[in-house]
Amino acid sequence: MKIGKIHLHKHCLLTIGSTLLLLVAIILVSEFRLLDAYKVRVLNLCAIYVILGLSMNLTLGYGGLLALGTAGFMCVGAYISALLTMSPEQKVANFFLEPIVPWLANVEVAFVIAIIAAGIGAAIFGFVIGAPALKLRGDYLAIATLGFAEIIRVVFTNTQSLTNGALGLKGIPSHTNLYWSWGLAILAVILARTMVTSSYGRAFKAIRDDQTAAEAMGINLFKHKVTIFVISAFMAGIGGALMGNLIVTVNPTFFRFMLTFQVLLIAVIGGLGSISGTVIAGIIVTIATEWLRIFESPMDLGFMRIPGIPGMRMVIFAVLLMAVIIFWRQGLMGRTEVSWERTFAFLNRVRTRFQSGRGVGQ
Amino acid sequence: MSGTEFTQHIFNGIALGSLYALIAIGYTMVYGILRLINFAHGEILMSAMFFAMFGVTLFSLPWPVAFLLAILLTAAFGISIERMAYRPLRNAPRISVLISAIGVSFLLQNLGLVVFGARPKAFPRPDMFNQLWHLGDVSVLSLNLYIPIFTVLLLIGLTWFINKTRTGMAMRAASKDLDTARLMGIDVDKIISITFGIGSALAAFGGIMWAMKYPSIHPLVGLFPGLKCFIAAVVGGIGNVPGAMLGGFILGVGEIMLVAFMPELSGYRDAFAFVLLIFILLAKPTGILGEKTAEVKS
Repeated sequence: MKIGKIHLHKHCLLTIGSTLLLLVAIILVSEFRLLDAYKVRVLNLCAIYVILGLSMNLTLGYGGLLALGTAGFMCVGAYISALLTMSPEQKVANFFLEPIVPWLANVEVAFVIAIIAAGIGAAIFGFVIGAPALKLRGDYLAIATLGFAEIIRVVFTNTQSLTNGALGLKGIPSHTNLYWSWGLAILAVILARTMVTSSYGRAFKAIRDDQTAAEAMGINLFKHKVTIFVISAFMAGIGGALMGNLIVTVNPTFFRFMLTFQVLLIAVIGGLGSISGTVIAGIIVTIATEWLRIFESPMDLGFMRIPGIPGMRMVIFAVLLMAVIIFWRQGLMGRTEVSWERTFAFLNRVRTRFQSGRGVGQ
Repeated sequence: MSGTEFTQHIFNGIALGSLYALIAIGYTMVYGILRLINFAHGEILMSAMFFAMFGVTLFSLPWPVAFLLAILLTAAFGISIERMAYRPLRNAPRISVLISAIGVSFLLQNLGLVVFGARPKAFPRPDMFNQLWHLGDVSVLSLNLYIPIFTVLLLIGLTWFINKTRTGMAMRAASKDLDTARLMGIDVDKIISITFGIGSALAAFGGIMWAMKYPSIHPLVGLFPGLKCFIAAVVGGIGNVPGAMLGGFILGVGEIMLVAFMPELSGYRDAFAFVLLIFILLAKPTGILGEKTAEVKS
């Protein structure tokens, strides 16, 4: 027992230490402008996609529920946060077809309140949608949630005086910075980790593996499914709020199914049922998305010019997703997590192999 | 609203409904056998439209030949999608197959964007479908009358095929229980291929009719018909061919009537299908004509 406790202590310290290291890196980048604006933006996107990937992986990887409403919940979050943080003058400038509803016209709150409101708003939508939809399973649930996300989009396109309809909102204050995005990403990891290691999490896994058996063991299916669904919606809403205040413009077409697909890709590549896998995949996929833009711009190889192919990026992604799901179903991490034990064991293995390899060489 | 206008809307609704029905049958057939939503169905539809368009405009084939070729090509295309994306996952959890289907759909959309570009293209409408016919006071585009006629003919053919031929019998056996059918000596892989072929051919036919009705095609054109026809299949009871037809008609007529009677809600037209879906699923989770089946583990 004692050894166990010491181990736990050491690993806790290591975790806290590396989190602090990450924070120091963020502070260095933010305060001393080590990276240009574009790279900072990509780093922000990484954190946002980590949050979104976790939201997807909670329902799909731990609950076994293929819920495709992420873009819808993001849409709700982004609009709530945008409408709450925009200045009254900006709102007047945006709503020129029809004036904004009076009760929102003069509201301007701090970003922190807007973010919380965005999360809660999305969670409420999640509850309203989840309560009926979670009676469905598998494919039906997928299509119903996808349908709800589309309904949200259609409704937002038509409520001119509330959301400015198809014109969208421009000039949203750009509050999202590395502190907000990575801070919330770390909180999301902690929240997800706490969720899945609690008794709730064990119940989720039981439901995922065999719903009937779980029910027979006395697990309240509906309560657990709604809980995980609402928490996932909450995280998606916060991701949407960060996204809106990062790209400073939102419109309904941004929140199409394509966005949900990208999040699904992150969850699948990372490994369904692995938090650390989602974090790694979120960062890799986001950076790769940006990097693959070179395929879409013209390339000059000196002796010949290749014209840019718009859309090539997404083709590569679709092929990647199919390859992962067909040939490498468990993704990067499967259902395992990166832990200090495994990291050290891995490093040890590398070291011994390296040493024995050198021995052979001599 | 006058009687003439009402009849006009009914005709439009039936034309749209029979299109939905045609496409929904492809979903239902595939679901009946593989228990899989073929998310790529809408993109199969889209490729049929492009095949037909290029047949007429690029290779200047006479339109019946071009349309027939497009339907055959699409059927082959559907079969090869099944080979490459679904067959390797025959023993995998269903969620993997579903994700693979979403991947195919996404791949085809974006491949379409890369190859054809995002700009909508005009689809040629043959003269035969371009006439205005007068039935009393009501004037109807001949296309809107041909569509239901073709649909009914195809459905009679399909019903005969499923009920009377050996292959049809094997299909019904496979949809009841894939493993038992295999034990009985049915070449299940072949049956699945045939199902995909027929489903894709029906989708191709529906897609070409769709493109003549709304003659502007682009790589994302299959998205909404794909989603709505899936909904039609679920509403009618997925896995059930008459159900898919019924669902298609309910959806088509309902949508047209919504726009006709409540023009202020016409912006919500695309949401109608989803609202209908949710109400039907809550009231009767297996759809209107769906049989009660043992729950499949997902």
